[in-house]
Amino acid sequence: MDFNFTEEQDMVRDGLSRLVREQYGSETRREVIASEAGWRPEIWAQLAELGILGMPFSEEDGGFGGGSIDAMVVMEEFGKGLVVEPFVPTVVCAGGFLKHAGTAAQKEEHIGGIVDGSRVFAFAYAEPKGRYDYADLETTAKKDGDAYVLNGHKAVVIGAPWASHLIVTARTSGDRRDSEGVSVFVVDKSADGVVTRDYATVDGRRASEVYFENAQVPADALIGEEGGALPLIERVTDEAIAAQCAEACGAMKVANEITLEYSKQRKQFGVPIGKFQVLQHRMVDMYTEYESSVSMTYLATLRLDAEERERKLAVSAAKVRVGQAAHHVGQESIQIHGGNGMTDEYAIGHYFKRLTIFDNEFGNIDHHMKRHVALSS
Amino acid sequence: MNLEFTPEEVAFREEVRAFIEENHPKHLEGMGNREDMSPEDMTAWHKILGKKGWSAPAWPVEYGGTGWTATQRYIWSEENARVGTFMPLPFGVSMVGPVIYTFGNDEQKQRHLPGILSGDVWWCQGYSEPGAGSDLASLKTTAVRDGDHYVINGQKTWTTLAQHADWGFFLCRTDPDAAKPQEGISFILIDMKTPGVEVKPIKLIDGGYEVNETWLTDVRVPVENLVGQENMGWTYAKFLLAHERSGIAGVARSKRGVEKLREIAGSETLDGKPLMSDFDFARKVSQLEIDLAALEITELRTLAGEQAGKGPGPESSILKIKGTEIQQRLTELTLEAVGSYGTPMYGSIADASSNQYPIGPDYAQHSAATYFNMRKTSIYGGSNEIQRNIITKMILGL
Repeated sequence: MDFNFTEEQDMVRDGLSRLVREQYGSETRREVIASEAGWRPEIWAQLAELGILGMPFSEEDGGFGGGSIDAMVVMEEFGKGLVVEPFVPTVVCAGGFLKHAGTAAQKEEHIGGIVDGSRVFAFAYAEPKGRYDYADLETTAKKDGDAYVLNGHKAVVIGAPWASHLIVTARTSGDRRDSEGVSVFVVDKSADGVVTRDYATVDGRRASEVYFENAQVPADALIGEEGGALPLIERVTDEAIAAQCAEACGAMKVANEITLEYSKQRKQFGVPIGKFQVLQHRMVDMYTEYESSVSMTYLATLRLDAEERERKLAVSAAKVRVGQAAHHVGQESIQIHGGNGMTDEYAIGHYFKRLTIFDNEFGNIDHHMKRHVALSS
Repeated sequence: MNLEFTPEEVAFREEVRAFIEENHPKHLEGMGNREDMSPEDMTAWHKILGKKGWSAPAWPVEYGGTGWTATQRYIWSEENARVGTFMPLPFGVSMVGPVIYTFGNDEQKQRHLPGILSGDVWWCQGYSEPGAGSDLASLKTTAVRDGDHYVINGQKTWTTLAQHADWGFFLCRTDPDAAKPQEGISFILIDMKTPGVEVKPIKLIDGGYEVNETWLTDVRVPVENLVGQENMGWTYAKFLLAHERSGIAGVARSKRGVEKLREIAGSETLDGKPLMSDFDFARKVSQLEIDLAALEITELRTLAGEQAGKGPGPESSILKIKGTEIQQRLTELTLEAVGSYGTPMYGSIADASSNQYPIGPDYAQHSAATYFNMRKTSIYGGSNEIQRNIITKMILGL
């Protein structure tokens, strides 16, 4: 049992911490998310240069031989600065599908571009009526000679406006919610029949509604087994959940720090409000929620390579616990800031918004509670 | 970073598991929460461990500790919880022992540590008073020097199991004129057979007599029973409380408790199906298990920090708060699970108002009493509100 980070992981953390501190202040971020592009490709290029985008890939695949713990370190720092650049969709999700199920040719085709920052991915899995069930798909992919033809509508595809490629889940056989018949494809976003409608999200990112209208993809766009991709999707999304739990931990840490600092500055009744026990104990609970989130993020991350049931139990437990903590810390932060917490100008509101949306990505508290209950019985 | 045990740790687990299987008295298995144990039952395992040299794993080796790593101590508590052993009471091993070997003189160490390790000497704690609970430093019991003795007068309360105790460690005021109340307190060891010590049991809401009022009237105690320096007792008391908190999470016991809860809810029925298959109930159990998993990792992180040389710090207050909240929730859900058979009163044979024969399933019999009893956990050892004050000061810096 060992809770120490390697020297390399400590270095990565220090480097990213500096980058976020120096180039990702809340003023700058506010301007960037309001700009037309909504992100900064030059930050993405720096991440590639620092080796961050290649970290979780094996050296054989052109990466730097890291893994999930490295992704956790990265995402915690991103969470502290509310970094919007699409590390999870590109490196964790697309990277995960390619690592676990990609053919040599698919890895050759895509991983190099991820590592050097030239290829950005989004993960199109959600649908308007599917909620959090990865198998509840109306999007279809029909085999047509040497190609698949995709039709359907993918909802709230995070990072899609910035992406060159999409990972798409679609039904190749079976009925709407069957666990069999689910397949995964890599799709060039500029392909004919791929239509996107881009928009901003409430937590400062960008997303698209993606429509496939008889979009043709070649047979080698299929990642993994045709019709048998559900376990693969669950594995990759579990990895994404662990990474986003780390992000939420980073965001909660800073939200707590900002709130504590505010309570020392803000005076009412002639004293700093942090002198009031009624607020002190609430800030203690926020601190405790953060610590328990860190613990669950460790647990989920360290169980990602365990056998399936153990992995799912740990990840769902983490998603529930961190989701609850994220709501708690976010809401209390705003309350302790009083009216100032309601303003766009104060940083705290931006943390609150990201921490709110965290819950509904890759299954919310209720969804993962159900999975935990089902696996426990 | 990893959560796996090394081959050495796996071998260690086999060793302690085998030892427990061979040596733990079978009739005491699972008796951990029972109110009707005899004093002999409560010290039986302690005495066996004392002979083996395993009664105080956390102590430094030179004083009788085992030299186990934090991970080995974690494995040890897991294995004990698995069987449901009744572990050594904390008053000697976890409380006064560390104070004596840290602040006591050689004579005190030689005189008292062997009896604490062997389990032959039963200790109790004289801290709280009727007027000094969370505000412990306002305590009024006085110790006045008279030649080679202190003469002690006052009243202590909540002295747990003092009715069986041979010795007690007491906080007494030795300087009534000190600038701050904390500065005039001394840490004094008292032989409970000394004339003037009177112990009166207090009946609690669970029907048991776990705690007492302890009256001290002109109790003459030799000055050699002062631990450390006169008027420095508050420092030792705080040290002790930090020690007490680090073991208070009770993770291994609670894990076993959740397993038992699942078993109980598996045999209870609702609409003809096991209660455990009811989603409303199962969800509550899952929430408890998830909170417990978070606590377990937090404790392991704290242990790892201790192993790296960071002593039990204010983080142990988190373990106390979360650990006790979980213990309470566990007993609450267990009472909920047993349904109507949580209602009959079961108790000690001596109590005429309780039922003398079992009613309902065995697992239901102590569920209400245990739930009532466990309300104490967020009150004792520094109430959970006091723990929040500690975190406020030490971690938030307010």
